[in-house]
Amino acid sequence: MIPELGHYALVLALALSVVQAFVPMIGAFYRDGALMRLANSTALMQFLFVALSFAALTTSYVTSDFSVANVYENSHSMMPLIYKFTSTWGNHEGSMLLWVLILALFGAAVAAFGGNLPATLKAHVLAVQSWIATSFYLFILLTSNPFLRLPQAPFEGRDLNPILQDIGLAIHPPLLYLGYVGFSIAFSFAIAALIEGRIDAAWARWVRPWTLAAWMALTVGIAMGSYWAYYELGWGGYWFWDPVENASLMPWLAGTALLHSAVVMEKRNALKIWTLLLAILAFSLSLIGTFLVRSGVLTSVHTFASDPSRGVFILAILVFFIGGGLTLFAWRAPLLKQGGLFAPISREGALVFNNLFLTTACLTVFVGTLYPLALEALTGEKISVGAPFFNLTFAPLFVPLLCAMPFGPLLAWKRGDLPGAAQRLMAAFGAALVAVAATFMAQGAHSVLAPFGIGLALFVMVGALVDLVERTGLFRLPLTAVRGRAAGLPRSAWGTAVAHFGMGLTLLGIVCVSAWASEKIVALKPSQHVSLAGYDLTFDGLVQRNGPNFRELVAHFTVRRGGVALGEMEPAKRTFTSRSMSTTEASLMTRGVSQLYLSLGDSNDDGSVAVRLYYKPLVLLVWLGAVVMMLGGALSLSDRRLRVGAPKPAAKSVLQPAE
Amino acid sequence: MTRKQRRLVLIGGSVGVLAIAVALVLVSLKDSIVFFNSPTDVAEKHLAPGTRMRIGGLVKPGSLERSDNLRIRFAVTDGNHDVTVRYQGIVPDLFREGQGVVAEGKLEPDGIFTADTVLAKHDERYMPREVVDALKKSGRWQEGETK
Repeated sequence: MIPELGHYALVLALALSVVQAFVPMIGAFYRDGALMRLANSTALMQFLFVALSFAALTTSYVTSDFSVANVYENSHSMMPLIYKFTSTWGNHEGSMLLWVLILALFGAAVAAFGGNLPATLKAHVLAVQSWIATSFYLFILLTSNPFLRLPQAPFEGRDLNPILQDIGLAIHPPLLYLGYVGFSIAFSFAIAALIEGRIDAAWARWVRPWTLAAWMALTVGIAMGSYWAYYELGWGGYWFWDPVENASLMPWLAGTALLHSAVVMEKRNALKIWTLLLAILAFSLSLIGTFLVRSGVLTSVHTFASDPSRGVFILAILVFFIGGGLTLFAWRAPLLKQGGLFAPISREGALVFNNLFLTTACLTVFVGTLYPLALEALTGEKISVGAPFFNLTFAPLFVPLLCAMPFGPLLAWKRGDLPGAAQRLMAAFGAALVAVAATFMAQGAHSVLAPFGIGLALFVMVGALVDLVERTGLFRLPLTAVRGRAAGLPRSAWGTAVAHFGMGLTLLGIVCVSAWASEKIVALKPSQHVSLAGYDLTFDGLVQRNGPNFRELVAHFTVRRGGVALGEMEPAKRTFTSRSMSTTEASLMTRGVSQLYLSLGDSNDDGSVAVRLYYKPLVLLVWLGAVVMMLGGALSLSDRRLRVGAPKPAAKSVLQPAE
Repeated sequence: MTRKQRRLVLIGGSVGVLAIAVALVLVSLKDSIVFFNSPTDVAEKHLAPGTRMRIGGLVKPGSLERSDNLRIRFAVTDGNHDVTVRYQGIVPDLFREGQGVVAEGKLEPDGIFTADTVLAKHDERYMPREVVDALKKSGRWQEGETK
């Protein structure tokens, strides 16, 4: 009964969505307030029905109702409750349902909190949002229905892929989808603006909070996916330049560019057309990402058993929205009024620089990701484009971007003072130089990249703080005055500094791990030991243990440093009987922000066991940096100016120069 | 500066950055991409030894030999031809005889493939697409064999 209710609720959501796709637009055309307001109720009801539908599927999973084909395929009665719950979206159908749930959530949020939007704009935004929703409801109902029943209910399910039986599945997909799907709002706003043929600084102020929220979720979602891959897959890497990873990185790059260009549009009424284009592109890249991951054209851990009709359907959605969006853009954008003037050296100029490099970097990732697919389609030749390609293209484009990052916030709007900004960044230059020199002294001259990488990271981090230090008067004024000034600073200034600082942290982590990570692969017999980076690990022996739905072979290690025991590490090999599949459970020991990483290989006939041991210096910074970036976003989001539903600021504030 | 000059600076800058990016992409596409070959391709194409490539197929049952220092040797087959692969290190969890595998490395002059990366699938129901295609080409693939 429950799956049928879920199915029915989804059909009702589709019906509401079709209504919402047309009625508000007719209302906007005839300036009929009642018709336009209809979108508010339908958006909320849509969310309610999709949530019901999702709850129905979750219930089927939690109660292990194997008469539902989807549950049978991806669940097992012996799984711990948390994984029964998360396996709802650990499969193709369920994850698409999560996708539309979040889409409906964003639609409902615009309906609920968009009270200050002009009526026609809101009607158009919600209508466009509903076009997207309609196409994805149809996709689910026609090709990926999670509620199909089996004629005869099996006694036991086929279990969830053991790799997905992890807390990561509870965090990574929902956050990533919040980001992906969140960009749909920016897209809907852009299409609405193009339909209305009118766009101004206020538009940017309305779009920015939604974009910022989506960007925050995407940032942490990508980072959590990376950390999950790092500890789960057992090879200690955190980024593989896998097409699936790139699929999430591209919307992030475009979204980051969009956040920055929207600032220019909001403050200076410039870059309007470009911002519109970025809004369309960010969501288009999200759709492409969904297509790449969900259609089965790529082989990855994200690919579930696939069906060719799905790929064609998503491709059709993709062509409709990207093609339609860009066509509308080409037709209507030239009619929009051009914006303000600015000198190349100015805050606007710096933000254009940022956009230029971010979008170009995004383009290289796009080429590297899609070129193999295109080549195979055209010539049948199979190639893989891996890390070397991206290291050669992406990295050189990111270096100038990072070098310029501390300058941006120090330049004034309209006409900036570059030597002045450089002078104010003296502390940052100093920190960078000291870091470069210290690294050279510590490691010798065998690598040039590492010292300069560290220098750049420190330049970015200290540079991010310079603006704050100056504006709060820290080190100059008495502490009480500093506190007063700090409280008076706009939250968005704090947000910028914190987010930029986070970027520096991530860079520092990446550089340290790339330069100084060490690795050892050995076969050990009980009571033998291995040492790496000053740590000494003794292999005490193997133990068999039983988990709820697996058996595991646990290797017990004692970690010592300088003779002092620090603790134990227990890497394991799990065998999941229901799927006759085994996974490696790496063991991590965190020391500060560095980690020891131990994973188990095969056991040999002579009683020895293969282990892989890594020392990863400062590796946690890679992901902590992303969390700090998100916090920066949150600070910026809490700025009064951007608060959703905040009263409209007086007209003069739009004309104010730099804060 | 006039509006026109400013626009020129902007367009010039953009074109410059784009040109650098295109140059970087072209150079790296030439040097850093890796071609995929099936064992039949290796046998028939007379590939130059030393080129980096990926090969894929099934691990031939009965071919896996382990020696000390985590060295292994196995044959990758597509049913028509085999390639012997050497590898030192820890193989993925789902690496086993009769299952799909993709190895990256280079072909030695003696015809043995030295792999530095061995990839197996992430899910026992799912076969790497390259392997499926290689098996289809050699006629050893039966539809519905794995889901």
